[in-house]
Amino acid sequence: MFRYYVWLALRSLRRNPVLTALMIAAIGLGIGASMTMLTLFRAMSGDPIPQKSSQLFVPQIDNWGPDFREKSNEPPQPMLSYTDVEALMRAHAAPRQAAMYATGFVITPSDPQQQPFQAEARATYSDFFEMFEVPFKYGSPWGAQGDESHSDVVVIGKQLNDKLFGGASSIGKTVNLNNHDYRIVGVLDDWSPHPRTYDVIDDSFGDAEQVFVPLTVAIDRHMDIWGNNNCSAAYEPGWEGHLHSECVWLQFWAELPDAAQVQRYRSMLDSYASEQQHNGRFHWAPLTRLSSAREWMVLQHVVPDESRILLMVSFSFLFVCLVNAVGLMLAKFMGRSAETGVRRALGANRRAVFMQCMVETGVIGLAGGLLGLALTGLGLIGVRAVLAKDMSSLTHLDLVDVVLAVLLAVVAAVLAGIYPTWRATQVQPAWQLKAN
Amino acid sequence: MHIRPILSAMRRNKVGAFLIALQMALTLAILCNSLFIIEQRLTLMARASGVDEDNVFVLTNQWVGTPDDLNARIATDLAGIRSLPGVVDAYPSNSYPLRGGGWSDGVMLADHQVHPNTHTTLYFADEHALNTLGVKLLAGRNFSPDEIGSRAENSLGHPPVVIVTKALADKMFPDGSALGKTIYVEDGPTTITGIVEKLQTPWVSNSFGEKFPENSMLEPYHYMVSGYHYVVRAQPGQLDAVMKQVQKKLLEINRARVMVKVMTYAEVRAEAYRNYRGLAIILGVVCTSLLAVTAFGIVGLTSFWVTQRRRQIGVRRALGATRRAILFYFQTENVIIAAAGAAVGVALAVGLNLWMVTSFEMLRIGPAYVLVGAVAVMLLGQLAVLWPALRAASIPPALATRAA
Repeated sequence: MFRYYVWLALRSLRRNPVLTALMIAAIGLGIGASMTMLTLFRAMSGDPIPQKSSQLFVPQIDNWGPDFREKSNEPPQPMLSYTDVEALMRAHAAPRQAAMYATGFVITPSDPQQQPFQAEARATYSDFFEMFEVPFKYGSPWGAQGDESHSDVVVIGKQLNDKLFGGASSIGKTVNLNNHDYRIVGVLDDWSPHPRTYDVIDDSFGDAEQVFVPLTVAIDRHMDIWGNNNCSAAYEPGWEGHLHSECVWLQFWAELPDAAQVQRYRSMLDSYASEQQHNGRFHWAPLTRLSSAREWMVLQHVVPDESRILLMVSFSFLFVCLVNAVGLMLAKFMGRSAETGVRRALGANRRAVFMQCMVETGVIGLAGGLLGLALTGLGLIGVRAVLAKDMSSLTHLDLVDVVLAVLLAVVAAVLAGIYPTWRATQVQPAWQLKAN
Repeated sequence: MHIRPILSAMRRNKVGAFLIALQMALTLAILCNSLFIIEQRLTLMARASGVDEDNVFVLTNQWVGTPDDLNARIATDLAGIRSLPGVVDAYPSNSYPLRGGGWSDGVMLADHQVHPNTHTTLYFADEHALNTLGVKLLAGRNFSPDEIGSRAENSLGHPPVVIVTKALADKMFPDGSALGKTIYVEDGPTTITGIVEKLQTPWVSNSFGEKFPENSMLEPYHYMVSGYHYVVRAQPGQLDAVMKQVQKKLLEINRARVMVKVMTYAEVRAEAYRNYRGLAIILGVVCTSLLAVTAFGIVGLTSFWVTQRRRQIGVRRALGATRRAILFYFQTENVIIAAAGAAVGVALAVGLNLWMVTSFEMLRIGPAYVLVGAVAVMLLGQLAVLWPALRAASIPPALATRAA
């Protein structure tokens, strides 16, 4: 029976090609626009490490005081001072933790034929790699040993390894960063989480750095701060002065596998802040926060307003398209009242008429969905062309998007078809036959 | 024209009329708000940076390692660049307008004020900066060469004098008496020695920067770090040639450097406003599609009504109605539906805007927008109904005599 309805639907659609085309185009355009924006939005608000993010936490400690707070009960700064980071690292209150900051330098290739070039880098602790599930192609992180002994070691990304060593294992070789040689202990596989979970303050959608050095070494070598660096007051000039100032420029992550540890970490933060109040560094009641990775993304406003506006506009557009489709379907179904009347008179019950119309809307929805999918592809190419480069990695359709698009289209068409179908089933056979 | 028959006909086709009205109302609401957003972004994008953008380019220079003779290297580079034919002037800086990243600080009228009067960006500059950027000095004087200091990394500056933009001067001293006054920046006093007409901050497309888009301050420093920017102004029409020559010259002077980025100001501007432009384009495309869908929807439904009423139209024609009367009938019908839709749409548009004002950083929509939108949507309706109405008008009276 279902096949017969599909056959009927196709015949009926062919009989009225203009109306059919208009309906499919309306649904297709609506799906195309909304799916393009939904894909972008999903990528922006995505979680690259869903299996891990619930265990990763960012602590905040207010070291500036109430004068700098925008909202009364929120710490004013998303980052930490070196003093506090040092204390948190020393406390070692989580199974894994990593402080970090963005830096960079000039890499001078050992091959004199190659020009020196600039590279962004991240100074961090060895735990970083396991915390964010960074895949290694060769070698491994430098380990706690590397952190503590301030070793001149480095982990490089796949791209950099390809560029400098032609993709072969470079473990044990050296790379020259700002005129210092560092021993390569690890080479990453392709890795670039979007959004860049570990640092959504400096550049939420940028690519991951290609160079990772121990933070202890970066501090020793006075490696430039390339990320945000906010100061509330004057400080002694020079690197040491800045280091011991209340300037905030470091980010910190702690891995806390269960609720009990989260609770313990919270109280540790509070007691640390009270201690700072007691010894006279803070002149205010302790204010600390501990946010999970997901809470942190929301707090740091990772998804820009533009993307929300576009999502809203595009779904409103889809709604208009559906209202449009309801009108056209109504026209179509009512236009063949006479035919429906004959079918009813010949013994088809309301259920059969209902099924037939629903199948027809389903076919329209499917066609609209396929058109919408093609338009989504085009839309994403367009979006990639007009938005900033760092957004382009967010404009790829995955299987979920494809299924979502087609499903959305069919559901939308069927929803749009309910009222027209209901009207079609109300056709009085006797009345129609009499009128003819 | 008699409205009564149209209304009674519509009463028999409530749902169809309602659907068109609803569609027009939604179209109006989305259209107004999208156009409003587009217009706002375009206005922001059209602002002048204060820089002679046609003839200025920036070169990001990064030395290999951390040289300890930076002062001498910068001096040699600058002498080299300025000696090139076609170069008007050049200076080194930590940042430049529209760059996207830079320094900011609070500006105060008194020492140790808890809350600053306003914020400003800090540009490090020398006596060549004003000429390089092409900004107009409104009052006071430029830096003199002996005022230019060397500023070490990770240190606060104590500039004896600063040059500020008019926007910053007016913010601090609304009575226009800023020149020569003492203000507090970087935790110390300084004197305003010059006021320039306009110079935007590095942040022009984010909420942080929009709070003080023209508050800029030039401090008389060369910044002693391994990575900084040269800003260079070329003679009119020679930008491309000068860009190439400057790069060549710098490599001749010293090869132990990376010229990370070399960008014309047009490129700097495009980069700064890329997402604004993108948003405007995407909204424009969506609006166009929206208008098309709504228009074709009206065409489709009205055509269907015309087909449905062929016999009645034939009868009316046979009873003496002119073609014009039939045409007018459908046009009036559309006006009534569109007016109802527009009335609801205006309310929806304002509601949507109010919601966006509370959810996003958005301004209140002006009544002009909504009215223009309403008229546009009604015109769209008239345009869409024309073809089916003309078809209706061409139905011959003889049709009335034929069986269906």
